Amino acid sequence: MKKINSVNDFVIRFANVNGSGSASANNLFAKAIFRLGIPVSPKNIFPSNIQGLPTWYEVRVNGDGYLGRRGGYDVMVAVNGQSLKIDYENLLTGGYFLYDSTRPLPDDFRRNDITVIGIPLTRICNQEISNPRLRQLLKNILYVGALSHLLDMDFSVLTDAIKKQFIKKPALAEPNIQALELGFDYASRHFPDSCQISVKPGNTLTNHILMDGNTATGLGAVYGGATVAGWYPITPSTSVIEAFDKFTSQYRLDDSGRKKAAIIQAEDELAALGIAIGASWNGARAFTATSGPGVSLMNEFLGLAYFAEIPVVIINVQRTGPSTGMPTRTQQADTLLCAYASHGDTKHLLLFPCDPKECFEMTADSFDLADQLQTPVIIMSDLDLGMNDHVCLPMTWDDNRQYQRGKVLDKEKLESLTGKWGRYLDIDGDGICYRTYPGTHPEKGAYFTRGSSHDEFAAYTEDKDAYQRCMERLKKKWETAKDFIPKPHIKISDRANEYGAVFFGTSTHAAYEAMDRLKKMDLILNTMLIRAFPFQDEVLDFINRHEKIFIIEQNRDSQMRTLIMNECSIGPDKLHAVTNVDGLPMTARDIFHSIWDTLNPSPETQTGQGEIK
Amino acid sequence: MTTRRPHFRHPDLPKNDLGFTRRNYEGADSTLCAGCGHDSISNAIIQACYELSIEPHKVVKLSGIGCSSKSPAYFLGKSHGFNSVHGRMPSIATGSNMGNKDLLYIGVSGDGDTASIGMGQFVHVTRRNLNMTYIVMNNGCYGLTKGQESATADKGSSSRKGRPTPFESIDLCELAVQLGSGFVARGFSGDKEQLVPLLKAAITHKGFAMLDVISPCVTFNNTSTSTKSYQWVRDHMEATATVDFIPPRKEITTHYKKGTSQSITMHDGGEIHLFKSDDSIDITRRRSAIDALEYHREKGRILTGILYINEDLQDTHEILETTDKPMNTLTEKDLCPGNRTLQQIIERYR
Repeated sequence: MKKINSVNDFVIRFANVNGSGSASANNLFAKAIFRLGIPVSPKNIFPSNIQGLPTWYEVRVNGDGYLGRRGGYDVMVAVNGQSLKIDYENLLTGGYFLYDSTRPLPDDFRRNDITVIGIPLTRICNQEISNPRLRQLLKNILYVGALSHLLDMDFSVLTDAIKKQFIKKPALAEPNIQALELGFDYASRHFPDSCQISVKPGNTLTNHILMDGNTATGLGAVYGGATVAGWYPITPSTSVIEAFDKFTSQYRLDDSGRKKAAIIQAEDELAALGIAIGASWNGARAFTATSGPGVSLMNEFLGLAYFAEIPVVIINVQRTGPSTGMPTRTQQADTLLCAYASHGDTKHLLLFPCDPKECFEMTADSFDLADQLQTPVIIMSDLDLGMNDHVCLPMTWDDNRQYQRGKVLDKEKLESLTGKWGRYLDIDGDGICYRTYPGTHPEKGAYFTRGSSHDEFAAYTEDKDAYQRCMERLKKKWETAKDFIPKPHIKISDRANEYGAVFFGTSTHAAYEAMDRLKKMDLILNTMLIRAFPFQDEVLDFINRHEKIFIIEQNRDSQMRTLIMNECSIGPDKLHAVTNVDGLPMTARDIFHSIWDTLNPSPETQTGQGEIK
Repeated sequence: MTTRRPHFRHPDLPKNDLGFTRRNYEGADSTLCAGCGHDSISNAIIQACYELSIEPHKVVKLSGIGCSSKSPAYFLGKSHGFNSVHGRMPSIATGSNMGNKDLLYIGVSGDGDTASIGMGQFVHVTRRNLNMTYIVMNNGCYGLTKGQESATADKGSSSRKGRPTPFESIDLCELAVQLGSGFVARGFSGDKEQLVPLLKAAITHKGFAMLDVISPCVTFNNTSTSTKSYQWVRDHMEATATVDFIPPRKEITTHYKKGTSQSITMHDGGEIHLFKSDDSIDITRRRSAIDALEYHREKGRILTGILYINEDLQDTHEILETTDKPMNTLTEKDLCPGNRTLQQIIERYR
């Protein structure tokens, strides 16, 4: 039997029971790898359930820095009886199966192409750990200790991590370290040379951090100056607000301990967005965080904010749809919903972050964008980005930066105005007009905001010319927006290339990795990473210069492809959809095969067999 | 209907404490039907704001969708207004208020806007005790879409369409009491003497003030068989008490017989004096208020006046412990923790 053999390049999957405290042990493992300077990509595959069902934690370790999901797993730590069979069956040939040998494996577990490593976790815990309440938690720490031996990991990184974690309660560090040592000892005595996968300290990571996207988003909202948040709990966006709450409780208190923020858990998503819009209308930066089902409910208010031109920020942490879908699985399937939300002719600004650093930056920037363009801005995050830890470069803040509040007339400006002011009067020719906040001036600047048709002076009108002027001006404003939003990241490796790949958000890592693999097979594609909507000329130019374009995205109906066709007036023939519909993060392998098979159709490759490592 | 209102004003029009006349509190001309109850309420709002010497531009007018929701255009022309979407004015009010706690928020809604599509938002804005005046212009029908049934139309009552309402009706005042609103009152657009003091008390009350005003729809629900018609309401009205509103620092000039009056102190030091017609109703007790409403409903009467009042509740800002300065005045200096703090925070993620 050929064992899987690698240094700093493998996938390990942990199978636990959710609600059993396994998360801290698994995070410890991932954090240790990270602190050894090796790029690591941990992903939670958890059920929509509170307690008792299988949950998996899949960690890709890759010294080259490929952080997208690879597909398949080389090491399995199987600590959940319910999923034991499928965990066993799906382990790759040559892989390593670690399980709690306190109970022997059933007779029909008979593979001869994997290495089975039995560690009697329960028995050891019962024998060595006196406090019964700690046994369940420490059982998981025990297997981390065992892995440390099996993978040749530097043990001190783990003990340091434990000490840092329990720095405020050092007494708790002791039993954790004991559990690590117990696991390490057992594994080194019984399996001295069983595993040919190893971990060596690396230097690929420099200044990087390991953070989840939702925390970065919440932090971005604090730095972006948000003061009001209306929200409704929904998986996977709740932790955005929890982060905002935590950070404002620490960093937004005045001298008397009162908060410079108002966070209201609303009765539903409609009210959540209504609260954000009301605050923003009144000059306070405001946002809401939700997922697909919430955005569906928010359609009406989005149309109001679009037509009445009220700034507001919506964070959409997308999940698998349609309808309730899979609340704990990821997808990029709200592109069309968000681009065109609400009835009538509406279009909304979208931003596509691809890592926590961008979650922070784009969220902070979105408040400037919303204020300057006086319109909703939607951050298109997703569950993979929001709820998993990602390696990224650290964020920084320019202390000289000022908030861009856009065209707002204060009391002095109102007094110095010559000519009649109109809320919807386009003085500058860019489609953006001047607004006022309530309470500004005793005589000037008051107006009626309405979702119904309005003329330049905010009066209700059914006059066909006035309505048409307003709609055309909104279109002009849309064009102006292109100068404000981030441009796509385009990489041209060869100007003669006929092929290009387009992707966005969490498909990015897997897409770049697939490009590298294709390059090894002498197939080179230029790439375009889309970061915002509307699409600037660069997007159209990129598509026009290539014969074939592969649009890579995680949804069934290739919505980004549809959006590009529609907005850029491009026909479907040269745009090939590369999609992923299973609710798990897309893999480089699938992208590679999809593109390769399209360009090199043959009987074997068309059935997609064979492993490419 | 349009009327050309003359701009001539009598030079000796009385002025309030700000030096403003009633004219400073007016808005645009109404486009509602002649005789619409909502116009009387708009006038009462103008009168109340004028008498309270409120700065017009410090008021925020909010509404949903419906005939009643059009009325904010017809008063306080110097105030910002937001005519939002059907049933969702409370969330806009909540957000605006969070953005600036120092303005005065008047929300106008109708029975469809509040008791049907808006039922959820009404319940929760009441629970949170948002500091605002919430006025329901209640005509028991859908005027703007031409006469459909409303959830506040009494069972058995018939509008112009002729068919008696088959379903139970919602008593918004009783609901508001149950939800813990600190000020619940009912008025009638045809009784300005009662309505203006009620409005003044509602506006002065700190916290959520709910005012249900029966406002007959002359076009669709003013029939002899309708319990929201002018005639019916006049014939079946009861009041908890006569209300006299005394602003702070004003001398009390009238004296009433002991034993039949009660006074409530407002948070700004002003007072409400109540001259009760019925001693059994104690409007400072929830149970008494609900019992009174049920009692009068059994008798086929409409109870009006202040139904419940509690000046000791915390409003949303106090509950959330928000900072004193309005959120919309805070700048980068107040809000942004800076790069050094950011680097300290991300240390945890190394």
